[in-house]
Amino acid sequence: MNISTENRNGRTILSLKEERLDAHNSGELKDYILKLLEDGHTRLVIDLSGVRFIDSSGLGALLSGYKNASLRSGSFLLAGLQPRVQSMFELTRLHRVFDIYPSLREVPDGN
Amino acid sequence: MGGETDIINVEIVVPNQTRYLSLIGNIAEQVAKALDVYTGDRDALAYHLNLVLTEAMVNAIQHASPSDANKTVRVCMQICDKDLRIFVYDHGQGFDLNAVPPPNLDALNERGRGIFFMRTFMDWVSYRKADNGNVLEMYKKLA
Repeated sequence: MNISTENRNGRTILSLKEERLDAHNSGELKDYILKLLEDGHTRLVIDLSGVRFIDSSGLGALLSGYKNASLRSGSFLLAGLQPRVQSMFELTRLHRVFDIYPSLREVPDGN
Repeated sequence: MGGETDIINVEIVVPNQTRYLSLIGNIAEQVAKALDVYTGDRDALAYHLNLVLTEAMVNAIQHASPSDANKTVRVCMQICDKDLRIFVYDHGQGFDLNAVPPPNLDALNERGRGIFFMRTFMDWVSYRKADNGNVLEMYKKLA
């Protein structure tokens, strides 16, 4: 999976460079997030602006990240959801679980 | 010319590997966008068909036994006038679709939303034994 990672203003930002987040690559994302958390990066932001399609496995990988960050008293924010991706969060009510920001610019500093 | 019935029949056979999900999903999107008979939001329909086919194919892959690595998944999409039927054939052990409950959306389970998506975006979903394996069949009225 193509992911770029950057530390900015007290947060670790993961930008997914994939059009699809599905059962083919969601396992890799889940492991990647878990590794970052284990390495002490507990304030994570997932930039989904490049993702135009998400399936149930993709939602599951993000939930895994959210739960594992919460276990470590960290934060797990989502940014840049495209409208159809956002609608999947709404249908499954996960928009009530995640803190979702329109874009990375709106994400508050983590310091 | 009036009175003619548009028939589209697409059949795809791919190895039962997740790397082919995008191929199947993209074909479903293109079919949806070509459906002049559909008067609703065709872009939304395209996403939903991509999603239900992705979920159905993952289901087929997961229910195949590990020794089935070289087996295939066969996907058929049939559009006849305003009726859309999708068939996804697998060679696995199968499962009881009727025993799958609706997900508890307030619980933070990482799994269990795939069949929910199929039931949400299609009018009818069934899973039964067929052709030395199983077939997941989905139906949607397009108008």
